[in-house]
Amino acid sequence: MSVAKPLPHDSATLHVTGLARYIDDLPLPANALHLAFGLSTVANGEITGIDLAAVRAAPGVVAVWTAEDLPFANDVSPSTHDEPLLATGTVHYVGQPIFLVVATSHGAARRAARKGRIDYDERPALLTVDQALAADSRFEGGPVIWTRGEPATAIAAAPHVIEGSFEMGGQEHFYLEGQAALALPAEGGVVVQSSTQHPTEIQHKVAEAIGLPMHAVRVECRRMGGGFGGKESQGNALAVSCALVAHLLGRPAKMRYDRDDDMVITGKRHDFRIDYRAGVDAKGRVLGIEFRQFARCGWSQDLSLPVADRAMLHADNAYRLDHVRIESHRLKTNTQSATAYRGFGGPQGMIGIERAMDHIAAVLRLDPLAVRRANFYADAPALVGSTAQPSAESQTTPYGMEVEDFILNALVAKLETSSRLAERRRSVAQWNAANAILKKGIALTPVKFGISFTLTHLNQAGALVHVYQDGSIHLNHGGTEMGQGLFRKVAQVAAAAFGVGAETVAITATDTGKVPNTSATAASSGSDLNGMAVKAACDTIRARMAEFLAREHQTQPAKVRFEDGRVFVGGAEMRFAEAAARCYQGRVSLSSTGFYATPKLSWDRRAGRGRPFYYFAYGAAVSEVVIDTLTGENRILRTDILHDAGASLNPAIDIGQIEGGFVQGAGWLTTEELVWDDRGRLRTHAPSTYKIPACSDRPRVFNVALWDGANREETIYRSKAVGEPPFMLGISVFSALAAACAACGPNYPDLQAPATAEAVLAAVKKARG
Amino acid sequence: MNEIAFLLNGNPVSVRADAPTRTLLDWLRETRGLTGTKEGCNEGDCGACTVMVTDADGTRALNACILFLPQLHGRAVRTVEGLTGPQGEMHPAQAAMVDHHGSQCGFCTPGFVMSLATAQANGATDHDDLLAGNLCRCTGYAPILRAAEAIAGTPAPAWIGDEVADLAAGPAPFAPASAAELASWYQAHPDATLIAGATDVGLWVTKQLRDLPEVAFLHACSDLKRIESTADGLRIGAGVTIAALRKAVRESHPSFAELLRRFASEQVRGAATIGGNIANGSPIGDAPPALIAMGARLTLRRGEARREIPLEDFFLDYGRQDRAPGEFVEAVTIPATAPALACYKLSKRFDQDISAVCGCFNLHVSGSTIDSARIAFGGMAGIPKRAATVEAALTGQPWTLATIEAALPAFAADFAPLTDMRASAGYRLETAANMLLRHFHERQGQPVSVLEVAP
Repeated sequence: MSVAKPLPHDSATLHVTGLARYIDDLPLPANALHLAFGLSTVANGEITGIDLAAVRAAPGVVAVWTAEDLPFANDVSPSTHDEPLLATGTVHYVGQPIFLVVATSHGAARRAARKGRIDYDERPALLTVDQALAADSRFEGGPVIWTRGEPATAIAAAPHVIEGSFEMGGQEHFYLEGQAALALPAEGGVVVQSSTQHPTEIQHKVAEAIGLPMHAVRVECRRMGGGFGGKESQGNALAVSCALVAHLLGRPAKMRYDRDDDMVITGKRHDFRIDYRAGVDAKGRVLGIEFRQFARCGWSQDLSLPVADRAMLHADNAYRLDHVRIESHRLKTNTQSATAYRGFGGPQGMIGIERAMDHIAAVLRLDPLAVRRANFYADAPALVGSTAQPSAESQTTPYGMEVEDFILNALVAKLETSSRLAERRRSVAQWNAANAILKKGIALTPVKFGISFTLTHLNQAGALVHVYQDGSIHLNHGGTEMGQGLFRKVAQVAAAAFGVGAETVAITATDTGKVPNTSATAASSGSDLNGMAVKAACDTIRARMAEFLAREHQTQPAKVRFEDGRVFVGGAEMRFAEAAARCYQGRVSLSSTGFYATPKLSWDRRAGRGRPFYYFAYGAAVSEVVIDTLTGENRILRTDILHDAGASLNPAIDIGQIEGGFVQGAGWLTTEELVWDDRGRLRTHAPSTYKIPACSDRPRVFNVALWDGANREETIYRSKAVGEPPFMLGISVFSALAAACAACGPNYPDLQAPATAEAVLAAVKKARG
Repeated sequence: MNEIAFLLNGNPVSVRADAPTRTLLDWLRETRGLTGTKEGCNEGDCGACTVMVTDADGTRALNACILFLPQLHGRAVRTVEGLTGPQGEMHPAQAAMVDHHGSQCGFCTPGFVMSLATAQANGATDHDDLLAGNLCRCTGYAPILRAAEAIAGTPAPAWIGDEVADLAAGPAPFAPASAAELASWYQAHPDATLIAGATDVGLWVTKQLRDLPEVAFLHACSDLKRIESTADGLRIGAGVTIAALRKAVRESHPSFAELLRRFASEQVRGAATIGGNIANGSPIGDAPPALIAMGARLTLRRGEARREIPLEDFFLDYGRQDRAPGEFVEAVTIPATAPALACYKLSKRFDQDISAVCGCFNLHVSGSTIDSARIAFGGMAGIPKRAATVEAALTGQPWTLATIEAALPAFAADFAPLTDMRASAGYRLETAANMLLRHFHERQGQPVSVLEVAP
C-alpha cells in the first residue's frame, strides 16, 4: 500500500532542476503590468496631503491609484473589514500601503513608488505592550478570561509561590519566496494566480473588490515557496491589487514584494509578554496558577483573536492544572498587523508554562524534568486505535476537554533513555564545574498540541477525483502545497484507495473552480482534512467500480479487491487500467467529489469551554547547548527528538517537518530578533539584519525518531497532523540555554526570548547577581 | 561599445553593453526566461540565486542578484538549467537532494544545488562553510547536509567544467585591463563608481535603486589580484577576493583566516575584494580591524602617484576616508606572519552575519611583559578604530590577569558605541572589554570558543 512509504516530495525532481514554477516564474502574456505600493513612513497620523505627480511622471508608469480610485470594497482583512487595501485618511503603521503604482515593469513600479510625497499630521504611536495598555488600545472590549477552580485561593494556600514575567519576540516568516500574485482578465471576471495558503479567501476578497460574485473569480495556487502562516491572509493585498488592475485596465497584472518591502508591510508572529504566578508544593506540583498574556496584535485585527485564543488553549501544555486563570489581552498597536505563524499562538502559550516549570524547578532546586513529570496529565491506558476509557482519574484541560490520548509519560521515558539524559546531565555538570568561561545546559521539554481549527466551521474539506479510462487518476483538493508534502501524502491516500502506485496519481494546482469553499491550509490540518475528503471521493468511485465489476462477474462488490495495481473480481483479475476502461465502457461515473467534516468538535470560545480539538499531537525534545559567559554567544550541540505523528502517512516527509519545525522554533527563540525603533520603523527588514538559522546553526548531532503509535481517533489511516507541533520542540533549546545561564550563579537567570547573545549575557549576569 | 561575451550553460552569448548595472539575475529571469534561478532577497544574503561561475581562477558559487553583467565578460556561467547532463540525466547534487528529501518548498533548492555542485567540482567538503550563504526555511538543513555528504569526494560529472579559453571575448566593457589603465581613467573620471565584487555596490542598485552614471569594473585588472611576498611582508592587491586571501593566509595568519571564514558567505567571499572592504569605509567591515591590529599599510594610487599610510589613518570619520578624488586603494601590506594575532567576531548568527563587534588583538609578550599592543575594533565607532587607551594600559605591564582587569575600564575611554538592531551600546562596550579577557584566557589554554566545543 502506498501509505506509510517514505516517498519523496511530489515536486522533488522539479525543485532540483529548477523547473518547479512559482508565481514569478510563470510566463507573462504580452502587455502585462507590474505593481508596487507606496508606503507610509509614519506609524500613526492623518494624511494631510498626497502629491503623486512625480510618481505619475516616472518612466513606465501607467496608473497610480489611491483609496478614492477603488470602485468597490477597499478591504483586505480576513476577519472584520478593518484593513483597507489603501489607506483612507489615517495611517496606522510604518509600511502601510497608501497608493498603488501600475507600471510596465517591476523595476519601474518600484522606482516610481518611492517618488510619492505624503504629508502627515503625525501622532504619538502606540508601539509597546505598556503603551497600548495605558491607552487601553485593544481588540475585543477587554481581556478574555477563562477560570477554572479557585486559583487565587489555591495559590494563597500553597507552600511556595513563584512568579515571573517573560517577554518573547515575534518572528518573521521568511518564506524564501516572497508574496506574489498574478491576475489575468477573463470574460466576466478574473483568474488569479496567488502564492496563498487560502485560495478561497483570495477569491472572496477579490470578488468584493471588483464588485462581482465569487463565481466570477477563479484562484489557483500550484505551490508556494514557503508559507508558515504568512500566506494565510497576507497575500490578499497583492492578489486584490492585481485583480483590480486586470479587471479595470483589461491587462494582466503581477505584483511581488521586494524582500525589504515584504518584511516591512506584512504581519509576523505575535510577540507576547506573559506574567505568571504559580502556587506549588514541595515537589513542584502546581496547586494553582494564573497567567496574564499580553499579545501585541498590530494595527488591524487580522487573525489575532484566534491566535490569542490558541495561546490560552496551550497555557497548560502537558500539565494538569486544576485551579487556573488565564487572562488574555489583545493589544492594538501601530505596528504591522501580527498574523498567523506556525503554531498560531500555541508556541507562545506553551512556552509560558514551560518557562514557569523551569522557574519552579530553579527556585525549589528540583530536577526540571521531575517537576514536569509531577504535573503531567496521566497517560491514556491503551493507546493504539483503542476505544478504551481514559484513566480512572478524570483529567481535563483548563477549558474542560477530556485528555483521552495522553502519551507523554511513556514518550518522555523513552526519549530520556534514548538520549542518555541522566548520564549527559552528569557530564554537563562536570563540564560546568571544570570550565569557567563556557557553560553547558541540557533540557527536555514536551509538546502537547491541539489539532483542529478552533473556529469549528473551518474543519471541513472537499476533493474532486477523476479516474480516466486509461487508469490514471487526477485529483484536486482544497489544500495548498507550501513545501510540507501535502500533495504527496494525499496522492498516497488516493493511490492506496485504488491499490495503485502513487505515480498513477497526479495532483494539479489548487483551484477554487474545482473545489469550492475551502479552508486555509493551516492549523496543521492539511492532510487530516484533505486526505479524508480525497479518500471519501475515492471510496465513492471505487464502490461504483466494484459494483459494476461484481455485476459483470456475478460476485459481491465486497469481494472485489484493488491491490498491487490490479483488480481482483471473483476468480478474474485485471490491471487497474483495464478495470477503469471497462467501467467507462459500462457507463460508470469515474468522477466524484468527496467531503469531510471533523467529528466530535464543540467549542464555545467566549466561555472557553468545550472540545475545540479532535485530538492532540505529542512530542518531546532534549537539547544540549553551550554558552560563552563573556559574550553570551551560544550554540546547540545536540538535539534528540521523539515525535508522535500517529501512524505516519510518509515517514520521510514527517521527519522533514520535525527537523525543519524544530530548527525554525529554535530560531524564533535564539537568533531571530525583530527590532523596531522608537518611531515604529522596523529595523530588521532583510536577511542582512534578521537572522534565521543558517546551515551551521542546526544541532551538531540531530537525532529524530517517530513515536510508534497510531492515532486514537479515526483520522486518515490513523496518522496525526505534523505541520505545527514540532515547531514547539525548539523550546528545549531555550530551556537548555536558561539552564546554562543558571549554572553561572546562585540566582534565577530570568532569560528572555529571543535568547540572542546579548540576552544570554544579561541572564548570566543576573544569575551571578 | 563592445559586447559582454560569456558562456551561458556552455553556449556563447553576447549582450549589448548598454546597461552596466543590469544584474545577472534580472537578465536570466527577465530576458532569457531562465527562471530556475530565484530571487529570494535581492541583496546576496539568501543564496536562492546562486550560480556557478568559472574563469581562469577556477569555479565558484556566486550570487546572481548582485552580479552585474559586465563582471561576467570572458567567464562561464552555469545555472540550474545547465546542470543536468546532455541526455537530461540529473547531476549527482540534484539526485542526492531528491534521494535525501533535501527539498520541501523548493524555492531555495536551485541555489543549494548550485552550491553543492560547485563544491563537488572543487573537491570541497567543508559544507557548513560552503552552504552558509544558502538559507533554507523548511528543512532545518539536516537532509541537505545528508545530500552533501552523499556526494562528498565524488567526481563532478564530465559535462561540468566549462572551458573559457576558446571564448572569443574582446576587451571587457567598462573594465580597465590594468591598474595603470584604471589609474589614468579614474584620474580623468573622479566621480565614477569603482566596482570590484559588487557585493556592496550591488545593493545600491537593487535596494536603493540608484543610477550609477559612470562606473568602472576592476575585475580585469589582473595586477590588482596579486599577493606578493615583499621585504615588508605580504602585499595584497586590492582586487584579491576574500576567498583568495583566506586561502593565502591560512598557514601564515590562521586567526585572520578563521575570521575570513566567517566573513559573509562563500558566494560573497568569492566576489568581494579586500580593496572593496577597505575602500567602502564601513565601520563594520571585518577585514580592517584585523589588518589594523597587524599594522597593515595601505597603498593609495592616483594616476602614477602612490602613497602609503597606516591603514587606521585611512578612516577619518564615519563615511569619510583619506582618499583624494581620482585616488584608489591599490594594495594593503601586512607582516609576513602575525603569530600573536587573535580575531574575535561577535554577531547574532555565527555565519553570514555582520559583526556587532569585531575585536582584533595583537599583543606581543616577551618573558612576562607585554611589550607591544595593537588592538582594533569594528562596530565600536563610526570607523574601524584602535583601542589606543587600552593599548597604553597594557603596554609595558606584566602579562597577568590583574593587568588585563586593570585595563578593562579603558575601553570606555576609547569607544562610545551606538545602539542599533545588532546590539546595544552597553553590550558592545562590555563584550569588547570581555574579548580582552577572552584573549588572556585563551592564551592560558582555557576553552573560550563555543564553536570548538564538541557535542
